[in-house]
Parts: sequence; C-alpha cells; structure tokens
Amino acid sequence: MAADGALAIETTGLTKAFGATRAVDGVDLAVPRGSVYGVLGPNGAGKTTTIRMLATLLRPDGGSARVLGHDIVDEADTVRGLVSLTGQLASVDEDLTGRENLMLLGRLLGLGRRGARIRADELLEAFGLTDAAGRLVKNYSGGMRRRLDLAASIVVTPRLMFLDEPTTGLDPRSRNHVWDIIRTLAAEGTTILLCTQYLDEADQLAEGIAVIDRGRVIAEGTPGQLKASVGSGALHVRLLDGAQRPEAERLLARELGTPVRLEPDPSALSAPCADGDKAAEAIGELSRAGVRIADFSLGRPSLDEVFLALTGRPAEGTSDAQQEQRPAITEEEPA
Amino acid sequence: MSSPSTSSATPAPGTEEAALRRALASTPRPPRAGRALSTAVTFGWRGMLKVKHVPEQLLDVTITPVMFVLMFTFLFGGAISGSTQEYLQFILPGVLVMSVLFTTVYSGVALNTDLTKGVVDHFRSLPIWHPAPLVGALLGDSARYLVAGTVIIVLGVALGFRPGAGVPGVLAALALVVAFAFALSWVFTTLGLLLRTPNAVMSAGFMSIFPLTFLSNVFVDPRTLPSALEAFVEVNPISHVVTASRN
Repeated sequence: MAADGALAIETTGLTKAFGATRAVDGVDLAVPRGSVYGVLGPNGAGKTTTIRMLATLLRPDGGSARVLGHDIVDEADTVRGLVSLTGQLASVDEDLTGRENLMLLGRLLGLGRRGARIRADELLEAFGLTDAAGRLVKNYSGGMRRRLDLAASIVVTPRLMFLDEPTTGLDPRSRNHVWDIIRTLAAEGTTILLCTQYLDEADQLAEGIAVIDRGRVIAEGTPGQLKASVGSGALHVRLLDGAQRPEAERLLARELGTPVRLEPDPSALSAPCADGDKAAEAIGELSRAGVRIADFSLGRPSLDEVFLALTGRPAEGTSDAQQEQRPAITEEEPA
Repeated sequence: MSSPSTSSATPAPGTEEAALRRALASTPRPPRAGRALSTAVTFGWRGMLKVKHVPEQLLDVTITPVMFVLMFTFLFGGAISGSTQEYLQFILPGVLVMSVLFTTVYSGVALNTDLTKGVVDHFRSLPIWHPAPLVGALLGDSARYLVAGTVIIVLGVALGFRPGAGVPGVLAALALVVAFAFALSWVFTTLGLLLRTPNAVMSAGFMSIFPLTFLSNVFVDPRTLPSALEAFVEVNPISHVVTASRN
C-alpha cells in the first residue's frame, strides 16, 4: 500500500442531499487506524448516508473523503477492495442457505470452488452457525442473521469494516454475542466504523465517538469525555400516585439542587445527578415526606440526554429516516 | 416461521472466539477478485440455487407453455386452419416465441425484488465487475428460457408437429428464440431498475408484451388483416423471429 497515512478515514465537508433534504451537511471525520470508532446519532441524522458514501455506494455532492488513503470517488475500486459493509438491512440473500451465501461471496472475491467451500465452513464454525449452514436464511433468527452478515463481511478479511447499527432489533443475548464478535475483530487489527443510535453500544465498543445530528458532527471525543460534557447521569423516580408529583418535584429540586424534569408519564420525573449518596439522600427525603415511590434508578446518560444537553432538544427520528434507508436505486456508483 | 434452535447454534463463547481468531488469521487473500465472466457465471449459479430451493419457480416455464400450446391449438385450430393438426404446424413456432418472451418479464420482476433487499448493496460494495449481477441473472434466466422452449417442442412433437427442417432446424430455432429472449430481457431489466415495485414491473411488462405478441403473425397469417394492422405486424420484431423459427 503506497498511499498509507495514519488515518483510516478522513473526510472534509462531506455533503449529500436528497431533494431538499440535506442528509449529510458537511461532515468532518478523522478516524485513526486500528480502532473502533462510533458514529452516534438518532434515526435520520445522516449516519447511513455517510457510511454509504464512504463505502462508495453513493457519490457525495460535495466535500471529499479518503478511506485508507484512497479517494472514495477517484479510487472507488481500490476502496472497495479494502473495505466491507454490513448494512442496516440484512446484506445476505434470504433465499439461499447460510453456506451458499458465504460460498457465493467467496467465489465472487476470487476463491476457487473448493477454497470458497472451506472458507465458508470455517466462518460458519467461527460464528456458531454450523448447525444452521444448510437452512435457508429466511428461517434464521435475527441474531443468527446478524452473525451471518458479519461472517459475510470477512470472507476476505477487510482492512476496514463499516457496521451500520449491527444490534438494532436484537435481544440482549444476541446483542452481547455480536458485541463479542466486534471486539474480537477489533483486537485482530481491523478498523471498524460503527454507526449506532445507542450511547451504551458506542460506550462499550468505541474508543472515539462522533455525535451526529441533522447531517453534522455536533460533538466528538472519547466516551468518557462525551459523558462528562453531558453530566454523568440522572435520577429517575416513578411514583405510585401521580397526584404527589408536584410535592416530589419540589423536594427533589431542593435536595439535588438541579432542575427537575417532568416526564411524559404523569407519575415520573427525573433530575440530573452524579452522586449516589446524594441520590439516596433525596430518595430518603421523599419517603420521609410520605411520597410513595414505585421505583427509582440512577442511570447513565441516555442518548436522549446527550442530545438534550448538546442541542437543547430531544433526539428525534425524523421522517427522512425512511428516505435515508432506502435511497433511490437509480443512484449511480462512481465508475 | 420455524423456531431456530439457538442453543445448538451458539456454542460456548470461549471455543467460538478461538475459532473466530483462527478464521481471521487464516484468511485467504486471492490475488484479485473474480474476473468479469466468472463473476457473471457465479451470479448465474445464484439464480440456479434459488430454483433448487423453490422449484415452483419453474411453473411459468413448464406448465404455462403446455397450457398455451393446448389452448391455442384446440381453440383456434378448427376455425383458422380447418383442423388442429394443420394449425399445429403453423402455430407451434409462434407459441414457442410467445411463451419464452412471456417469461422474460419475470427477469425484470426478479431483479426489482432483489433491489428491495439489502443484498444488492453488498454486491455493489464488492470489488467486482459492476454489470456482473445483471449479466449473471440474465444468463441464469436464459436457462429458464431453454426449459420453456424444450417443453413446447417436445409437447408439439407428441401432438403431431413435424418440423420441416428436421432436428438441426429445431435446434437452430430454439437457439434463435433464446438469444432473442436474452436480448429482450434487457428491456425488462431496465424496467426493473427504473420502477419502484415488482408489481409495477409486472404490469408494465405485460402491458407491452401482450400487444407485441398478439399483434404479430403468431396466430394468424397477416395477409388476412386490415392494412394498418398488417403494417404493424410486418414491422413487429416478434413477427420476424416467428418467421425465422418457422423456417
């Protein structure tokens, strides 16, 4: 590789519009090699569009991007040889079996018939799919499908992987399994760009995070820095009797000294709070005042809270999310 | 939905991680991705696999042609040629062309269905010859056309069709029809890329294929038609294919 730089991904002012919607509106990213980098944002923020441009499926309207030192427009073919994409929509063929899917990709990537078969079986074993190898993918569970997706993207080990919401829609057990796989891939030296709408996921896996909203990067840093900028968490309380909420609000505001937020649930409220002792104190105070509590928790900031802190408004799934996930099929890839 | 047995599909994480590391380390690095032709053939193989899993997909190239031959021979035979035997000599090459062309519409429908899934994105992100998925799908479809054509000829012979040009003539006609169908299927492939749903492709496809096949010399001698219609029939490419396969 002649064009080696220190960065795996470098974008400057990357822009893409669909009609009047500016899905990506000047994104600057600098992703170091050999790391897991999270792109965090709500539906419709422009995550998928960004990934699709970096994976050479969409041509940017403006700005430039280099992937592993190669320009995504001028050297699209080189980029395709180095990266792999696991999309939001399952990127395997439902009408084939798991083994056939992997063999198909192996053959396309230049393996011989025998080589493709050996590689497919090796991957099926590594992803715990040996027993399901001969079943049609449409009969797989969500978790199995995701694992096959991941297996399909390392038929030839890529230098860089794009993972678009790899755990959306999975149950916790399957999610943990996918996280383990991502960690192993990263430990073996693959750079991973991980798009997610869960702060928790980025927190667990990523060394660096860019928060993206309405097509722009609005914050960047390590998970620790990001959370520190937001405040470290909130105390959530739900009352047995909603009528007692005004009193609870007054007591919490006094005890914690922070603004109390009334939740949409008429018996719930929350307030920023980092300190466990202070939270316990406040709960005790509520109880002494006769406010009956159904449950309470001291949580880390959710994506919603990060958004609230960074933008002053809640994260929203805008309607153009649809458009982003199903881009116009006439879109030409760069020649 | 069958319920997949997750217990058997997920062994202990420890052993699996080791296998995963092995799989990553042993990764083969082919010098280059497959060449243009071999990738297209691989996509053709994908089409064959789908037929293997859902053989009902072959109904339109087996039952439908049989239906066409029987229906048109016995329905029109007496009225047009005086006897079904005689009409069969005239109509069989026509029905051969018609049935095969009808199946080309499904090429577009299948492609459009593919596009609604994520798998096409995956193919497009691979370092392969870009038209390979399309060319491969159409190569696979050509095998279907061949099946349809063979079914019709075998049935025709069983019913008493005696080709004037003998076996080489029949094979030549079959080759011509499949080649023409391959060419025409690009039209429906284009429709498949442009229209938004598989149903739209189906309607648009049949809307164009019906007049093209019926307003041709498949069923009747164009000399019996009003002059304007005769002129259309004469320039209809399908008439030329039919004439060519008759001879």
